[in-house]
Amino acid sequence: MSVLPALPLLLPLASAALSFVLWRRWLQRALAVLAMATLLAVSSLLLVRVWQEGVQVYRLGDWPAPFGIVLAVDTFSAVMLVVAAIIGLAVAVYSLGSMDDRREAFGYYPFLHLLLMGVCGAFLTGDVFNLFVWFEVMLMASFVLMALGGERAQMEGAIKYFVLNLLSSLLLLAAIGILYGLAGTLNMADLALKLQEARRPGLVTTVAMLFLVALGIKAALFPLFFWLPASYHTPPPAVSAVFAGLLTKVGVYALVRVFTLLFVQDVAFTHNLILALSGATMVVGVLGAVAQEEFRRILSFQVVAQIGYVGMGLGIFTPLSLAGAVFYALHDMVDNAGLFMVSGIAQRLLGSHGPTAGGGLYRSRPGLGLLFLLPALSLAGLPPLSGFFGKLALVRGGLEAEQYAMAGLALAVSLLGLLSLMKVWLRAFWQEDGERGVTEHRLDTPGPAMVLPAAALAALTLAMGLGAGPLFALATRAAEQLMDPSQYIEAVLGR
Amino acid sequence: METVMAFLVGGLFAVGVYLLLRRSIVRILIGIAILSNATNLLVFTAAGLVRGGGPLVPEGATTVPPPYADPLPQALILTAIVIGFGVLAFAVVLAYRVYQTLGTDNLDDLRSTEE
Repeated sequence: MSVLPALPLLLPLASAALSFVLWRRWLQRALAVLAMATLLAVSSLLLVRVWQEGVQVYRLGDWPAPFGIVLAVDTFSAVMLVVAAIIGLAVAVYSLGSMDDRREAFGYYPFLHLLLMGVCGAFLTGDVFNLFVWFEVMLMASFVLMALGGERAQMEGAIKYFVLNLLSSLLLLAAIGILYGLAGTLNMADLALKLQEARRPGLVTTVAMLFLVALGIKAALFPLFFWLPASYHTPPPAVSAVFAGLLTKVGVYALVRVFTLLFVQDVAFTHNLILALSGATMVVGVLGAVAQEEFRRILSFQVVAQIGYVGMGLGIFTPLSLAGAVFYALHDMVDNAGLFMVSGIAQRLLGSHGPTAGGGLYRSRPGLGLLFLLPALSLAGLPPLSGFFGKLALVRGGLEAEQYAMAGLALAVSLLGLLSLMKVWLRAFWQEDGERGVTEHRLDTPGPAMVLPAAALAALTLAMGLGAGPLFALATRAAEQLMDPSQYIEAVLGR
Repeated sequence: METVMAFLVGGLFAVGVYLLLRRSIVRILIGIAILSNATNLLVFTAAGLVRGGGPLVPEGATTVPPPYADPLPQALILTAIVIGFGVLAFAVVLAYRVYQTLGTDNLDDLRSTEE
């Protein structure tokens, strides 16, 4: 039994502890970049291992499977881990240039490590109660990051974010408790077997709905997403970027995991409901984005709208649509984080939370314009960027499953999404205000530590588009494992 | 006993939700505290209540003779209590900071981030 699947947990834990002990700023900064780079290397190694040898399992304390806690890594977990580590690394570098001294002095970096640990834990675990615990680790770290600094807007955002996410955790715990009462086990693989022969299918569906509500709040599904646009634009850009890249995606990951492995008894009801909610999420999210005026608020609503696409793939529930959902989730993480980073750079240059008109950045900073346009167009789904291939697979999956309305909706929402992002483009980059002119250097120029990670993520979305073939093969493998959980169950239970 | 517990849990959930819907942040925090206790009781009850009989394997046997109380939900609740305690401690400080920074504990006044 290789210890490799446990390393993505141990690394951030060790670096968080070290970071707390070595309270020197430069040490914390160096450690952040170093630890995230190591995390990326370890998760890449794990992905290679999973690709070659199938599902990897690590039994904590070497307790036999249904009794102890297991970490189980299939292709979906592994690939999400790699992208999470990429975003972790990008945000760590971005923080070097953008985080202010006060927040760094109050322990920004240790909590960033803890956040990553929670995220990795949620991706790795094969135990539902353990999933709840990792959610709590992630949430506690995110509460601190959200409130750190104590600005007015931050406090307002933090209290809303806090209360609603806590409520979702309590619902998740209640759902897990009832599930345990029902099946007598917490191991996901064991649960999958036990729930197939559950005597009270109605109760299973009820628990499934509790999971849907609890994880739906975390994933920001309609009508449970209101905490997100009320809070994501308030913390510093680096924190917004890591939240937009990772947090809701962990909720979506858990939804996909739970509704492919555990609750597949009544697909006609549960998955159609998810499909309907996802459609509503897309529409409401994108309409919100179109209605907003400010850079980061538009992006916050975009985060919501993108969740709808991943949910759509899960709701249609065919191998192709799930592969599309996996691909789309990966692309979405990279793009959202990248866009929030660009918003931080624009804020530096223009000196406000976001220009409503006449930024004129395109003339002075054509390169920055490119860094915005690449992820923005990718999010809207223009070829040859990554979003195009994700949407292609989702729409094709929708058409093959005869969900024509949903496929049409996905396309219409893309168009509106493009409209909302072009609004940012026009105001911040294209339009020049005669009087204000180019208001650069009002604060200070963003250093290479801010530009580099944004550029890397923009390049990554291009690379994911150009190399869509191999990446899609990976997503297809992940979807096959999700649709046919026997591999996962066999690997965990050893039978 | 399960029936009594079910009513107790239901009552606590009702009280918690009622408090969550109030405008004052302090009441919301009390609501969260009550809800988290209600959830713990729910986990406890859902797993089945057994009187007496600790889950100890007697000498010479390999399994525990029923009826015995399932230790796992108790371990879960213990974990949840610890987490809940940490979260609540953070919540109290957060609420205090919100009050210090914004000078209000009325949620209706906190609208500037979502116009």
